Amino acid sequence: MTKAVLDVRNLAISLSDGAVRVPAVEGVDFTINRGEVFGLVGESGCGKSLCALALAGLLKAPMAVSGGQILLEGRDLAPLPPREMRRLRGDKVSMIFQEPMTALNPLMTVGDQIGEMFVLHRGLTPRAARLKAIEALEQVQVSSPERRINAYPHQLSGGMRQRVMIAIALACDPALLIADEPTTALDVTIQAEIVELVLELCRAKGTAVMMISHDLGLVARVCNRVAVMYAGQIVEQRSAEEIFTAPAHPYTRGLINALPRLGRRLERGQERLTEIGGVVPAIRDFPQGCRFAPRCTRATAECRAAPVAMTDLNEGGRVRCLHHV
Amino acid sequence: MLNVLLRRLFQAALTVLVVVTLVFVLFSVIPGTYASSLQADKRDVSAEVLERIEAELGLNDPLPQRFGRYMAGLAQGDLGVSYATKRPVADMLSGRVWASFRLACAAILFAVCIGLPLGFFAAMRRGSWLDTATMTLAVSGLSIPAFWAGLVLMYVFSLKLHWLPTFGYGSGGLKHLILPAITLGIAPMALLARTTRAAVLETLNSDFIRTARSKGMSERRLVLRHLARNAFVLVLTTIGLQFGSMLGGSVVIEKLFAWPGVGSLLIDSVGLRDIPAVQGAILVIVLFFLLINTLVDLAYLVVDPRIRYR
Repeated sequence: MTKAVLDVRNLAISLSDGAVRVPAVEGVDFTINRGEVFGLVGESGCGKSLCALALAGLLKAPMAVSGGQILLEGRDLAPLPPREMRRLRGDKVSMIFQEPMTALNPLMTVGDQIGEMFVLHRGLTPRAARLKAIEALEQVQVSSPERRINAYPHQLSGGMRQRVMIAIALACDPALLIADEPTTALDVTIQAEIVELVLELCRAKGTAVMMISHDLGLVARVCNRVAVMYAGQIVEQRSAEEIFTAPAHPYTRGLINALPRLGRRLERGQERLTEIGGVVPAIRDFPQGCRFAPRCTRATAECRAAPVAMTDLNEGGRVRCLHHV
Repeated sequence: MLNVLLRRLFQAALTVLVVVTLVFVLFSVIPGTYASSLQADKRDVSAEVLERIEAELGLNDPLPQRFGRYMAGLAQGDLGVSYATKRPVADMLSGRVWASFRLACAAILFAVCIGLPLGFFAAMRRGSWLDTATMTLAVSGLSIPAFWAGLVLMYVFSLKLHWLPTFGYGSGGLKHLILPAITLGIAPMALLARTTRAAVLETLNSDFIRTARSKGMSERRLVLRHLARNAFVLVLTTIGLQFGSMLGGSVVIEKLFAWPGVGSLLIDSVGLRDIPAVQGAILVIVLFFLLINTLVDLAYLVVDPRIRYR
């Protein structure tokens, strides 16, 4: 078996609006190895959630994969018939979402919602699935699971619901878990708890994690490798340490500088927090050349002339910049 | 639970009181009495006779006195005696309630059986010809006057095709029920198709459907286990409201099809200014509405675990 759980090659996602096709995500390349924690970072609307949905085959019209390959454990997903894709989904690749409040079916007990995974992918009877569901709830550290199994989502707190989501996602010991901003909607006090829980369970099950977040701090702390996305492209891909200590792309540098740190404004005599000037370009008018060029202090005429390719860095990792640091 | 029912009962009593009062006051404001309606009927009634009738029925008494007399009777479950037929109103209603109830049930059954699937498939094939056709049908169904639709149905299915009887109650069989039920059900059917379509679309867009998809289930299972029930919860209120208002809505249809229900009694009695009969008919219509609403509330307890009455 190959070492890579997921191999994404030159992935493109487009928005089809009648005859017009607008590329939303382009040239995304990355691999995730067995048991690895991989981070995908970027602002809202940069295409990171689209990538996640594409990996699980969950893109909805008008969005669709328009190019590239997605290989899950060496198997190309594109030519798979929907039936096959359904069998992989939930079993080999599963997802947890941002909004635990609305991600669960309000009319079904959490036991049925977890148990459904075993019915679908393990062929268990509802009765046997129920027992497995209790086990799964126990794994996500929900107290008195045999009682909670009969609860409806509205009877649980946000953190508890996210635990249920995790139990569902990890029920079938998937090879890859896609966590799309799993803690964004939660109280700060339980965010760390939930992230720890996910990582611990995945470590135990040998599940690789793709952690999607706009929280650079979180990603740097828990991931092995990180990819930074900007305006539909990956602009830098490094080990988590390096991206923090020696960011190569001006955008990454900007992001890290923008992280608020206690006392720094005083230190630098600043009135305001540091920000990246300008705004993210709209999907319909991405610049010709480097997409970050309009906001970049290092941009030259060359940057604006033609699309910039990813280049390898000497110290490992890749960057999409002509004037990287 | 019991608490809820008791509160409901109190609310119902209050509603009935308001409605009865309103009708009584309205009928004393509009011109004409039972006696004058006889004259309007071009019957040869002398002035002396009219005066005697008015005196006998107590129509000349002041309003508070008449109202008090009626309410005193009502409190004891006495609906009074019809001016026109001299029969107890309760007796007149008893047979008619069943006829109206049958009509309402058949009409809502028609509306639900056609409207729900239409709306559902329109939403699942959003933007297709089926969707367009359904929504066109729905708008037409809501805007066509029911009595006109009834006349057309009568013309086609009775006069031309001879499949069904034109009007009347017959011996209480199904044949006579079909046309009035469809006529009465067209508008609710159209409304339900629209509501269902909106509900299904809303549910399809919800996060938990995305979760269900990410679990890797078939579309069939997705629809049956996750979509249908959630969408139905959104439609249930509309079904209840439509059903509840059906007795009131059937007034015109009953007249058109000569259906011996509460509605046609109401129309006849209004013409005659036969106030006890009018009050009785309206009372039945209001009670039916309140009853159905309560039943819908109870149904929510069963269908939606988020709702628990304290």
